[in-house]
Amino acid sequence: MTNLFNYIERDSAIHNLTGATKLICLMLWSFAAMGTYDTRYLAVLALLSMGLFKIGHIRIKDVSFMLGFTAIFLVLNTILVYLFSPHHGTEIYGTCTYLFGLEGYFAPTAEQLFYHLNYWLKYLATIPIILLFVCTTNPSEFAASLNRVGVSYSVAYSVALALRYIPDVQHQYNEISKASQARGVELSKKETLIHRLKSASAILVPLILTSMNRIEVISNAMELRGFGKNKKRTWYMARPFRVWDYLCIVGCAVLLIITFVLNHINGGRFYNPFQ
Amino acid sequence: MADNIIEFRDFGFQYKAQQSPTLYNIDFAVKKGEKVLIAGPSGCGKSTMVHCINGLIPFSYNGTMTGSVQVAGKETRDASLFEISHTVGTVLQDSDAQFVGMTVAEDIAFALENDCIPLPEMKQRVQQVAQMVNVGDYLTHAPGEVSGGQKQRVSVAGVLVDDVDVLLFDEPLANLDPATGKSAIELIDRMQQETGAAVIIVEHRVEDVLHRWVDRVVLMNEGRIVVDTTADELLSGTYLKDCGVREPLYVTALGYAGVEVTPQKHPHNLNATVITDEEKAKVQKWFHETPAAVRKASDDYILQVRDLNFGYEKTDVTVLHDISFSVRRGEMMAIVGTNGAGKSTFSKVICGFEEPRSGSILFNGEDFSTYSIKERAEHVGYVMQNPNAMISQVMIYDEVAFGLRNRGLDQEEIDRRVEEALRVCGLWRMRKWPISALSFGQKKRVTIAAILVLGPELIILDEPTAGQDYRHYTEIMEFLLELNKKGITIVMITHDMHLMLEYANRAVVFSHGRVIADDTPAHILTNPKIIEEASLKETSLYHLAMKCGIPDATAFVQRFIDYERTSVRHDKSV
Repeated sequence: MTNLFNYIERDSAIHNLTGATKLICLMLWSFAAMGTYDTRYLAVLALLSMGLFKIGHIRIKDVSFMLGFTAIFLVLNTILVYLFSPHHGTEIYGTCTYLFGLEGYFAPTAEQLFYHLNYWLKYLATIPIILLFVCTTNPSEFAASLNRVGVSYSVAYSVALALRYIPDVQHQYNEISKASQARGVELSKKETLIHRLKSASAILVPLILTSMNRIEVISNAMELRGFGKNKKRTWYMARPFRVWDYLCIVGCAVLLIITFVLNHINGGRFYNPFQ
Repeated sequence: MADNIIEFRDFGFQYKAQQSPTLYNIDFAVKKGEKVLIAGPSGCGKSTMVHCINGLIPFSYNGTMTGSVQVAGKETRDASLFEISHTVGTVLQDSDAQFVGMTVAEDIAFALENDCIPLPEMKQRVQQVAQMVNVGDYLTHAPGEVSGGQKQRVSVAGVLVDDVDVLLFDEPLANLDPATGKSAIELIDRMQQETGAAVIIVEHRVEDVLHRWVDRVVLMNEGRIVVDTTADELLSGTYLKDCGVREPLYVTALGYAGVEVTPQKHPHNLNATVITDEEKAKVQKWFHETPAAVRKASDDYILQVRDLNFGYEKTDVTVLHDISFSVRRGEMMAIVGTNGAGKSTFSKVICGFEEPRSGSILFNGEDFSTYSIKERAEHVGYVMQNPNAMISQVMIYDEVAFGLRNRGLDQEEIDRRVEEALRVCGLWRMRKWPISALSFGQKKRVTIAAILVLGPELIILDEPTAGQDYRHYTEIMEFLLELNKKGITIVMITHDMHLMLEYANRAVVFSHGRVIADDTPAHILTNPKIIEEASLKETSLYHLAMKCGIPDATAFVQRFIDYERTSVRHDKSV
């Protein structure tokens, strides 16, 4: 079974940062990368994020599933953008340089390819950071940090609880689906879509009913132990901020400022080498 | 009275959605530091009592209360749920659901977190109670990494951390294997002594709770308190039998032998029970006079498993090691062992839900490994523990017909087979009912009917009676016995020792993925080595035999079972 949201317990400088620091840094970094199409800067950010992977002791194979998924999405996205607006780059950069001696609506232009390069760099600068956050942040610390940045603790705890029960639900789904296959429910691709939807309901109905039942028990269990009593709560997994936490936040804030400065210098979000 | 920590006076309760009250005229009190057992069959109102004590009634469940309930001298309706939770700590039946933290330490700290206790103090208190219940070594483990017994210890720690005056245990034995259940009762006893808190245990397994001293037993039936007395008085009367709660086996055996049980004999615990020489002679006489049943073992095997090995793909861990045993046609046998011993995994491999690494499975002498899940289901039916996990249709008829419709049979054939299955399961007159109107036991029947209709020769049932009281247990088991007499081979996966003792002719014991014994239940439950390894518990009949000077305890246990089957249940099939 593939676990989508998996915290990987390892000892590294990034693991040692508090959850709140990581959440704030993730947001600052994402805004910094999203806010600009400056190729030079994006390349630096992409390289930096890969370096951080190394520091966080997270290996490529730990996140191969999500990386593969992102790659497929990205390729698909690129093809679609190219098909629907092959002159998007030309419009942005204001010039039109045909390549390979080809001409026409779908002919490749340097501007279009450059635009796609930027697009890819943007992903390379952000996706690793998101994956890094996911892999190095313990779910309960995540809840604690959401609470610290101002999300109400009942919402924060629900998120953590949902993550905690994902493996359970996956396990139960597996059991129920096997038992229904024994009774002739067919989920294979041989069947028509309508038939498969019908079959899926034979699995989902019991899955939902058993889950609902659990939710009642869990919410009782939580209330009986005083959940929701006070406006605030403390967190066992909370950690005090240390020098490195402040340094990281300041560092990421600087990255965001650089984005603003670059946008100002470039007179817009795009860096234009064609003029 | 001032020293009553819990006090019900002429109390009644009716749930909003129900036609009649669930509790009537409850007068009952628990003193500080007292230990009370509340027993009774399912539906007697004991869970409602639990909710009234811990404040879920009136704060989470709506209904009408009459009379008064006071916790620590305050009417619960005037207090708040959180206020009550500081006095009463509840350990729920399902310790899986009670486990809300991501790790053991966080779960124990949960109540402290909600109370805004600062981190350093929190860490210290967690350490302290974790040591008390012996989970100190697992503080960083996730819920999936600890056993059922450990989970329960964590739940206990989670309420102890709050310094409560009352510990309320809702069916603490329901999800535990016999040996773990025994140590749970010992833990509860120790916690009471160490903390001085009052303890209320709600449970229908009276014999197991009486493993340690309780001050009083409150027996409930149909929403009323039947009797509120000492364990000795309770066991000397016919109260338990009349309410459909199982008596301790040794009390039943003494009764069969014609020994009168009186409070002066101290029957609450077999070790304390006084049995005179004259009475011992009576027991011996009964033993020698009861005829031994004759068994014939056939060589007609329906299922033969040889050297089966299994492990989950991504891990290197082997879950099943060289499993070899056979199931005879027409027998009713049990597979027993602790949680995680591989019992359920084994049945999944048989049904084709999982692929074995090596080994062979022969069904009726044919190789089963080439069959798909669907094809195997025509021969072997698998009934899951929780009926709600199998039911996908609204009406009983449709649920039972579901598998046949998927096979594409014609309507006439479907009607004929569904009728047959429903009649066998005693559901025919309810065929047009919605499933939601059924009780747990009836739902179980529906799932069995839905499997039966596919025409299997062998049915595997995972914990067929889990969570059932004695009356429903007997109902389900007698029904399975009926099916068995009609020629269907039955394999039951269980950790209920009564079930294997009373209904299985043979038991295969799993431990750490291996088969460690294959014998009659009487032999297994009197063999200390197997009992230890498989986390079972000696039956009290064994100790009774010892106490009465009967050296062949195994024969004594066997004689008891045979006597019950032939004389009490009038079953001539053995």
